[in-house]
Amino acid sequence: MSDPLNLYDKAFNSRLLVGTALYPSPAIMRESVEASGAEIITLSLRRQNPEQQQGKMLWDYIRDSGCQLLPNTAGCKTPREVIALAEMSREIFRTDWLKLEVIGDDYNLQPDPYGSIDAARELVKRGFKVLPYCTDDLVVCRKLLDVGCEVLMPWGAPIGTGRGLLNRYNLRVLRERLPDIPLIIDAGIGAPSQAAEAMEMGFDAVLLNTAIARAQNPVQMAQAFRWAVEAGRSACSAGLMVKRQTASPSTPTLDMPFWQQAGKALQD
Amino acid sequence: MQIFVNGEGQAIDRPTDLSSLLQQLGYSGGTFAVAVNGDFVPRADYPRTEIKGGDTLDVVAPVVGG
Repeated sequence: MSDPLNLYDKAFNSRLLVGTALYPSPAIMRESVEASGAEIITLSLRRQNPEQQQGKMLWDYIRDSGCQLLPNTAGCKTPREVIALAEMSREIFRTDWLKLEVIGDDYNLQPDPYGSIDAARELVKRGFKVLPYCTDDLVVCRKLLDVGCEVLMPWGAPIGTGRGLLNRYNLRVLRERLPDIPLIIDAGIGAPSQAAEAMEMGFDAVLLNTAIARAQNPVQMAQAFRWAVEAGRSACSAGLMVKRQTASPSTPTLDMPFWQQAGKALQD
Repeated sequence: MQIFVNGEGQAIDRPTDLSSLLQQLGYSGGTFAVAVNGDFVPRADYPRTEIKGGDTLDVVAPVVGG
């Protein structure tokens, strides 16, 4: 592994994490996950009656995929709900990795910073490896680190909006102030170019779902995101040029032919 | 007496242990987990967890997620 993504005690080749929801069919979901090259996939738990078999079918695929599972606590609004769902996830999925979500507002699904910090503190005590979905607020991010999170997942934009990186200033500040913390842009990414931009800015990885699942061709889009994330990472490593205010020709100006003749023609 | 399973009312004759209740309800295998009154109950504790009138059960299974 030449450029691994290190999260908690594991190393990964891929810097693209993908969700498993919203696909046209389970078969397309499987094919898309494979095309994305993702090694970490998110999933969840919901109420289920005994006659329903979807849970078992999904579990059979997930188990065979070889991916690191990242169960989420989507929809939870209080730390108490989060703790119960996290424990249920750990029992079923047999992993202590957890994508922490404590929703603070139903309109934009913005994470509740206070609830997230309280929940993270308790989850860390219980041995969970917490990857919190959070806003791009530096102070909240610091508090999440203080209670034991080793990875942060700030949003690019609200979940499912596809609006890209809405607050570049805050995101740049996060990257600059937390240079050694794995930062994963989670949510709001709508196009591969936006994922590439996040990676160019120095973020360690990107997590997305809707942009692939809701594409007209999810499998092709998964491949596109894979390339975009790889390109962005490579660009970041290579070092982007410094922006300039004025134009500067890239072709040498010295010995430009016709120059004399053009000047002479003007005189005639 | 009545209990609530995944939000729906369900009549039981007398208090029972969680393990027996889940069996009666048709849950089997390992791909579900349970919370009683909002608190997680580990699988090993099912036989000694008493379910009585008014209790709420959440039985969950894997679903897709983002």
